Amino acid sequence: MNLVEDELRRLLLLARAGDNKAYVGFLTRSSVALRAYFRRRLAAFPDDVEDLVQETLLALHNQRHTYRATDRLTPWLYAIARYKLVDSLRAHSPRRAVEVPIDDDEPDGGMLVDTDSGAAEARRDLLKLLSALPDRYRLPIALVKLEGLSVAEAAQKAGMSESAVKVGVHRGLKLLAAKVRESR
Amino acid sequence: MKTDALISMLASGPVAVDPRSASHRLMWAAAAGFGMALVAMLALLGPRPDIAAAVKLPMFWLKLAFPLALAVAACAAVSPMARPGGRAGAAWLAIGAMLGLVWLMSAVLLAAAPAGARAAMVEGGTARACLTSIAMLSLPGLAAMFIALRGLAPTRPVAAGIAAGAVAGSIAAAVYALHCTEMAIPFFAAWYVSGMALPALLGAVVGPRLLRWT
Repeated sequence: MNLVEDELRRLLLLARAGDNKAYVGFLTRSSVALRAYFRRRLAAFPDDVEDLVQETLLALHNQRHTYRATDRLTPWLYAIARYKLVDSLRAHSPRRAVEVPIDDDEPDGGMLVDTDSGAAEARRDLLKLLSALPDRYRLPIALVKLEGLSVAEAAQKAGMSESAVKVGVHRGLKLLAAKVRESR
Repeated sequence: MKTDALISMLASGPVAVDPRSASHRLMWAAAAGFGMALVAMLALLGPRPDIAAAVKLPMFWLKLAFPLALAVAACAAVSPMARPGGRAGAAWLAIGAMLGLVWLMSAVLLAAAPAGARAAMVEGGTARACLTSIAMLSLPGLAAMFIALRGLAPTRPVAAGIAAGAVAGSIAAAVYALHCTEMAIPFFAAWYVSGMALPALLGAVVGPRLLRWT
């Protein structure tokens, strides 16, 4: 499994240096690992799996600065997944949280047998939540992250400064994660 | 929204981050805590009047060096505790070893002293002031550490809160040592350590409430 560890780590380090293609690879491979992780732990609630995968991907993005390059990557990734899982189970029912094995750090084989793709639809629609954000967050995310404009182009189009666009994307995605948490 | 669409959304635009930003946040918070504690001590308490003579005494430096060493170990604990899945075994061990050492030294000194002198060695003359001053001086640093931690992602909020409180408390103790005229190790082992423990306890209590993230 060191192959997965090494590959994910390599991709995230490239992504943090600004490589968008490596970042797609990191998030895609992570989503496969996360889907297997949540599916195994939420056997009784299969409909929740894709919601949690998406919520965790958003958390990986918002917290990507907290990974320390000298640490192993998979414990970091699964710690975020476990945090999201426990949080979600608590929100649904306090009793269900007890059933989660808290200490299983398992960068395990699940990601190899998993064959499904990210074409899965979550029950919760992030776009709907996104469209409800205030303009100073929604516009920068829509222009930079969805339409693919550069920060300078987005700033011009939205009538905002470039730094306001950057801050808007950053804070907006954090706010989106908070809204996701409230919505369940 | 399909997961593939979310991934391409997250991965588009500028995605670079400074990998040192997390450590920098914590370092700035500790530095700010030190600065605020120092200003508060100078404004409200003042340095000990005999400081020019005191700097020639080893105990003056010991009282300064011990909390500073503890602050370094606590910083080494808070950095991993601020990150998902982080472990800080060696740093916690170092903190424990330092406390053990100071208590051992205190026990040896007390055992060697005449029975009638022991109570005075522990109580000194300023025990209550020491305890409350260190705890109060640690509060701005504790607030700064928590602000820094709220931009990070601790998965064990009690431990993260303890580590943050230990940083703030040990910094406050080092600053208070510039004011305090007590020179007995047993006093230090009892009251400085208790003063540092209070913010750590407070950190443990408020950690789970304040350190949620998404």
